[in-house]
Amino acid sequence: MAKPKKRKYVGLQKRKAVSGYLFISPFIIGFLVFMVKPLFDSLYMSFCEVQVGAGKFDQVWIGISNYYFAFRQDASFPQLLTESALNMFIYSLAIMVFSFFVALILNQKFHGRALVRAIFFLPVILSSGVMLGVETDNAVMASMQEAIAQSTSNVSITETIQVVLRTAGVGVRAFETVFDIIDNIYDVAISSGIQIIIFLSGLQTIPRSMYEAAEIEGCTAWESLWKITFPMISSIFLVNWFYTIVDYCMRSDSAIMKKIQGVMTLQLNYGLTAAMSWIYFIVVLVYVGITSALISRGVYYYE
Amino acid sequence: MSNPKTGKMSWQEFRRRNKVSGGYLLRKKLLAVGVSLARFILLFGMCFMILQPILEKISVSLMSLDDIYNPVVISIPSKVITENYVTAYGGLRYAQGFMNTLIISVTIAIVQVAMCTLVGYGFARFEFPLKKFWFACVMAVILVPPQTISTSLYLHFRFFDIFGIFKMITGNPLNLRNSVLPYYLMSLGCTGLKNGLYIFLIRQFFRNVPGDLEEAAYVDGLGTFKTFIRIMLPEAKPIITSCFLFSFVWQWTDVFYTRMFLGGRIYLSTSLSGFADGIGSYLGNAMGLGAPIRISPAQTNQLLSTAILLVIAPLIILYLFAQRAFVESISSTGIKM
Repeated sequence: MAKPKKRKYVGLQKRKAVSGYLFISPFIIGFLVFMVKPLFDSLYMSFCEVQVGAGKFDQVWIGISNYYFAFRQDASFPQLLTESALNMFIYSLAIMVFSFFVALILNQKFHGRALVRAIFFLPVILSSGVMLGVETDNAVMASMQEAIAQSTSNVSITETIQVVLRTAGVGVRAFETVFDIIDNIYDVAISSGIQIIIFLSGLQTIPRSMYEAAEIEGCTAWESLWKITFPMISSIFLVNWFYTIVDYCMRSDSAIMKKIQGVMTLQLNYGLTAAMSWIYFIVVLVYVGITSALISRGVYYYE
Repeated sequence: MSNPKTGKMSWQEFRRRNKVSGGYLLRKKLLAVGVSLARFILLFGMCFMILQPILEKISVSLMSLDDIYNPVVISIPSKVITENYVTAYGGLRYAQGFMNTLIISVTIAIVQVAMCTLVGYGFARFEFPLKKFWFACVMAVILVPPQTISTSLYLHFRFFDIFGIFKMITGNPLNLRNSVLPYYLMSLGCTGLKNGLYIFLIRQFFRNVPGDLEEAAYVDGLGTFKTFIRIMLPEAKPIITSCFLFSFVWQWTDVFYTRMFLGGRIYLSTSLSGFADGIGSYLGNAMGLGAPIRISPAQTNQLLSTAILLVIAPLIILYLFAQRAFVESISSTGIKM
């Protein structure tokens, strides 16, 4: 794309460059005004103590003590941070595996495929925003769910299997994670709608002739999954991974987001809020950067 | 093969061929049946898992309180009642909330999609200096958690001012806290809810449209903007429709931006999130007691389920009609990085 010419933009090219800038100018303005400025403001604010008075607010520079407070004095923040970083990893992985698996199934031909696809996509529409938190967000429902959990003695299959496996002495920590994911399979399922569709569209771009050739050569379905499917859609993995992490981090019902919201709306400590959100933002950024770099090393481009 | 009529060939023919192939045909057939059976069970289970909360809410919302406490009654109410809907309708202030939400969702979606289409087209079709940098900025918009900038945005709009102009005139900066204007401004600047994603999708779509028509239009002397309006926009109908639908739907259920920028009015999403805590006082007022009444958790749950159904009903109806537009446009963009 980049040409090693000295004067890149002359004549029509120059006109097109100007129109290009005109087309994206709404974004540039919006980005500078509503993204960059607030970002710097909040970065500055995180080093300040903010007092909101009538008609104005004052910021007093207090150095890094907000950050110090977040890590060393706040009781739950460091724990929530590590927990959510860990959860981010586990759940993004689970969502990727799940959506890839479902996309593989949906890529086969059977009756009612469109219906199943529509059902899997339904949570994208319904589970955003208010729906996720509304059932556990209020005091009444929380206490009620506790009461139900105590009073009902119905045995769930997963619980029984867990007990059996535990008593059989299967490695504890690793399995706890697996149990955790299985318990939350609903969460995984409802957050993988978009990923399934993206995987599915990727799978459908693989030419059928490749599989046919492989089959004639005596390749089993398992082998062609590894030798054809994975390399051909590896770039889709990157897109989906990116989307999954972002989607997961932006969920406003996670514990850490609630904590940050709480500091803002209950304690009215804007400086501390800014510091905490910056810490979280940087963790997310580092995480996205490292994992994307790792995945993009394995991406294979067919064209 | 218990049913000889399933295959196209007759049973005798099948047996003959099976014998010739040394049992291979039968094994293959059995495997196919087994796979499709396993697939059916798996998919049925997963679809049920996704639909179950909705089904359960429907059944609970139609039950009377007696049915809920009756251990014999499971899922199917002994008597279908609609009182819960009436109560939830009132408690949500549904009529007003519906109109407000509809207006804000439609207008915001139009503004956002219009702006994102312009920007997406600009990124897809033009070469200009620093293009990669600006596109990285789009990615950054996707990545920044709204919570990070929410505080300063809040203060930004609470004490809104452009270079101190308002302070000079009125002595005080403008308070845009309870006005819808900031959110429209943000949407104009492509920094609203998930706008980075729309830009990304639209850019992907335009990149796949062949450029011949566009070139022809340029050769005939049409300007870039007119080319965009006349030639490219009609091509992009599917992706624009689906981005509009996404924007509409996500705005409909959004609480974060709604609470931050659109406070002071009744919207379905915000009144739903405060529904369970406020229903007692609503019922108290409705009965003319003047004080909130205590209602049991079971009834709260019932009313809350009904309220959720009422809020998502328009979305489900929309989805039933526009399912293709939602799903297929995403696959049509052929997303790659």
